Amino acid sequence: MESEFISTMALTFELAAVTTVILLLIGIPLAAFLAFSQTRFKSIIETIVSMPLVLPPSVLGFYLLLAFSPASFIGEFLTSHGIRLAFSFEGLVIGSVLFSLPFMVHPIQSALSGVPRTIFEASYTLGKSKLETMIRVILPTIRHGLISGIVLAFAHTVGEFGVILMIGGNIPGETRVASIAIYDEVESLNYAMAHQYALTLFAVTFAILLLVYTLNKKSLGGIR
Amino acid sequence: MILINIKKHLDTADGALEAHYELNIHDGEFLTLFGTSGAGKTTLLRMIAGLETPHSGVIDVDGEVWFDSEKKINLPPQKRSVGFVFQDYALFPTMSVRENLLFAAENTAQRRTVDELIGLVELSALADRLPATLSGGQKQRVALARALVRHPKILLLDEPLSALDPSMRQKLQDELSLIHSRVGVTTLLVSHDIAETVKLSDRLASVVSGRIESISPPMEFFSPQTLSGKLQLIGEVLKIEEDFPVSIVTLLVGTSVVRTVLSNAEASDLRIGGHAIISTKAFNPILIPLP
Repeated sequence: MESEFISTMALTFELAAVTTVILLLIGIPLAAFLAFSQTRFKSIIETIVSMPLVLPPSVLGFYLLLAFSPASFIGEFLTSHGIRLAFSFEGLVIGSVLFSLPFMVHPIQSALSGVPRTIFEASYTLGKSKLETMIRVILPTIRHGLISGIVLAFAHTVGEFGVILMIGGNIPGETRVASIAIYDEVESLNYAMAHQYALTLFAVTFAILLLVYTLNKKSLGGIR
Repeated sequence: MILINIKKHLDTADGALEAHYELNIHDGEFLTLFGTSGAGKTTLLRMIAGLETPHSGVIDVDGEVWFDSEKKINLPPQKRSVGFVFQDYALFPTMSVRENLLFAAENTAQRRTVDELIGLVELSALADRLPATLSGGQKQRVALARALVRHPKILLLDEPLSALDPSMRQKLQDELSLIHSRVGVTTLLVSHDIAETVKLSDRLASVVSGRIESISPPMEFFSPQTLSGKLQLIGEVLKIEEDFPVSIVTLLVGTSVVRTVLSNAEASDLRIGGHAIISTKAFNPILIPLP
């Protein structure tokens, strides 16, 4: 029972960590596009990114499940290449990335919009390329937005329930994460175990947020 | 020698404007673009730096073409040798004073001059401070030093002193003048401050509605008909009050406020925010030294 608890918690944080890293990699370019682009399609992309904020997780989970099933076009393509996403860890990662996307993109987008244009331009007139400007000037400047995005995406993935239940089910060691385990233990009237999961999630989430806010406050003192 | 002949369509607060700038800047000179806001001075500066694109024309710097609409040449800002000082300073907030300058350096030789430049703008004691902990005048000096690190062919100053209080502005004008004579870089300043323009520039280009109306030494521009034995001051009109049968006009001369009486007809030629020459004759001014 103890080892199952450990493996479930490990899986939960592994999922959150993998999801957060992927989100960081796609979130920065996406946020930059949304912050600076003038195209007509911007509103459409903005809407799609924000959809998970209002959509019930079961809706997203349902459509992902349909897409992953071998009966669908995407699922058929994946199955023919030996990839199975429904009820697998990889499937959970895809679902989590989509579902936590706004939590990563929004803080970065609003931080980027707050950087004065002249900061970019000053770097360009000093001979630095757009990429070098982004890495050496802009990302350090918006680090508070990055940290917010990382923390929100991570915490949101840890606490995710609906999407995972729809596409992952409850396979120990593969798709059984803490939030599902709590539901499962309560269903079987095993309150002690449910309590252990719940309290752990509560404590870890509290500690992460506290750490971030303390660090943020400290470094803000030196900057502003 | 920098040759500029460019056209650009501008959307200003007063409506659309077809701007056409024709300007030759001599090596090492300090040229000021003088004019009211909305005349397109900053746009010209930004087009020289490559931050905005003219619709047509040519920008030629020492025989190197930076922009030529017919030959489809348009160097990006990175490839143009400019030092740009922005109105809001645009210092990189996460870098110290020294790091801001080091960021600009392209090679070891330039990196070695960084501390010398920090000394030139009298910031050696603050070299490790972050921009947010500096005053406006100090930030301005960092921005200036940073713009000089790469030995640009032209230094572009976009109203660099406008956000500072008068005494700091005067001090920085002196420093800017000193630095210009020391470094000898060709400098283009955007300003609508008369004292600044007269003090700093070799020549003044008057910009009106997207066109350069005249180029002359600044004193010739501000007081063209100097007569001997006549006291002339230049002031900015602050207030015009009609008080029948005359008008009382309040002007700012330097840092002093002066009130004078005009006929209503004379006052109708003036407008608030515009500049006027106060001229008086027939008696000698008395100068009393202040303690």
